[in-house]
Amino acid sequence: MSSILAFLGENIQMIYIVILSIFVGVEVISKVPSVLHTPLMSGANAIHGVVIVGSIIVMLNTEPENILLLSLGFVAVVLGTLNVVGGFVVTDRMLEMFKKKEKK
Amino acid sequence: MNQKYILDIIYLIASVTFVIGLKMLSNPQTARRGNLWAAFGMTLAVVGTIVMHDTVSPVIYALILGAIAVGTVIGWITAKRVKMTAMPELVSLFNGMGGACAALISLLEFHHNVGQPGRVGIIMAGMIIGSVSFSGSIIAFMKLNGTLKKSIRLPHYNMINTVLMFVTIAAGVFLTVSGSESIGLLLGVFALALVYGVFFVAPIGGADMPVVISLLNSFTGLAAAFGGFLYNNQVMLTGGILVGSAGTLLTLAMCTAMNRPLFNVIFGAFGETAATTGGSKTGGTIKDISISDAAVLMNYSKKVIIVPGYGLAVAQAQHVIHELEKLLEERGVDVKYAIHPVAGRMPGHMNVLLAESNVDYSKLAEMEEVNPEFSNTDVVLVVGANDVVNPAAKNDSSSPIYGMPILEVENSHHIIINKRSMNAGYAGIDNELFYNPKTSMLFGDAKDALTKLVTELKTL
Repeated sequence: MSSILAFLGENIQMIYIVILSIFVGVEVISKVPSVLHTPLMSGANAIHGVVIVGSIIVMLNTEPENILLLSLGFVAVVLGTLNVVGGFVVTDRMLEMFKKKEKK
Repeated sequence: MNQKYILDIIYLIASVTFVIGLKMLSNPQTARRGNLWAAFGMTLAVVGTIVMHDTVSPVIYALILGAIAVGTVIGWITAKRVKMTAMPELVSLFNGMGGACAALISLLEFHHNVGQPGRVGIIMAGMIIGSVSFSGSIIAFMKLNGTLKKSIRLPHYNMINTVLMFVTIAAGVFLTVSGSESIGLLLGVFALALVYGVFFVAPIGGADMPVVISLLNSFTGLAAAFGGFLYNNQVMLTGGILVGSAGTLLTLAMCTAMNRPLFNVIFGAFGETAATTGGSKTGGTIKDISISDAAVLMNYSKKVIIVPGYGLAVAQAQHVIHELEKLLEERGVDVKYAIHPVAGRMPGHMNVLLAESNVDYSKLAEMEEVNPEFSNTDVVLVVGANDVVNPAAKNDSSSPIYGMPILEVENSHHIIINKRSMNAGYAGIDNELFYNPKTSMLFGDAKDALTKLVTELKTL
């Protein structure tokens, strides 16, 4: 019991962030028209690519001699970048088309 | 120490851009800028992470930058080249990459954290969720691009899946509580989670894939958030949780639009019942219409509403339909598109497809605004849509799609339905609309039939 309490106490700020972010996430997209479901999903998909930051931290903390960990880390960074770059570019391509029509 | 503070501020700015970006993404006017804001924040976070960290060996920097370069080039080219109709599977693929990244981080961090149950627990959660998201997304990708055609359903698959899920979680909990250092066990949990991801998605039908992708999308968000917890990294936490909660809401919104409870999507109640009970067979006679008759009918109408569906997307007929629309407009016919919320391969996909072929935004009408208009419409042209115009959703309480909001095309004067064959839609149920005396069927591939229709119209 006390270890659980300690864990919560030590991480209380993170827990605040989690709870508030949940509400923000729900609030922010609560009024989205169905027209935008696909781009929104794709955009959100790009945002969770923030996991790339984690893979970079792994690499930064690995000793240069540890080939196995470095190569796995390398793969992780490549995958994370794919998620981020691919996600944002594809979302932009979709939304670019919405833009064109507005001019008319 | 200053560097640490600067990095915190960078992360704060990035987190705010994510919130603002998501907010702007939910409005058509600001969506594109919102996406760019979020991308800007992401760049800031990545650059900050590398620059503000204590200096490490040049080999490491080279490897990180090399990896980013490789990912950027591949991601950019794939995203630029993909056809708009293939969008859903690409989103799924990118989502899988994020999940795999999260799982790899957990794999790599395990040995640093053995003996600290709280942290190992977080690592396990991130690894399991990330792996499920990865293998599940790959299966979803293969289903959507046609590599995997059939839904694979083992006997008692729901039970097998549930057992598998509990075994995976139990193994993760064991590793957390026991403080074991065993890499073998770690890889075992990893493998179990991957297998569960495959089993989780494999039985789900292709038409429900959008919901699954959206769900896996929020899973990856959650996995990223666990990474944030692990590193005390606020930007990963806010980004991950934002996507997790927004993604969950989006998943539910899609389910509502399709009138499919999430439970049924996951446990596949739909495919089974629809195939066996399948709503009442309507029967009756079907009327064919020739290309030239259809052309004449539309040419002399005052108002035509086009109902595009999944079949249009599959046949890549979005450009031809725009040509048809322009031609009719030139002849003084009032043309509109009626877009059902779930038309296309995922919600909102049809709008993207029609936007790609330069259809005027004002011509796209959403279901609520267009439904009252059908009664003064001369011709409704239904292309590759079926369930979204099936009156059984309103009249037949035994139908599996009963209660789904539909486009009330049966109120118009004439209905032309273009379909490849008399096969039922993905819901696997008969459509009484086909037997309506006002309905004529125009059989053939959507692109093919529409091209002929355009040629015919030009001669009139």
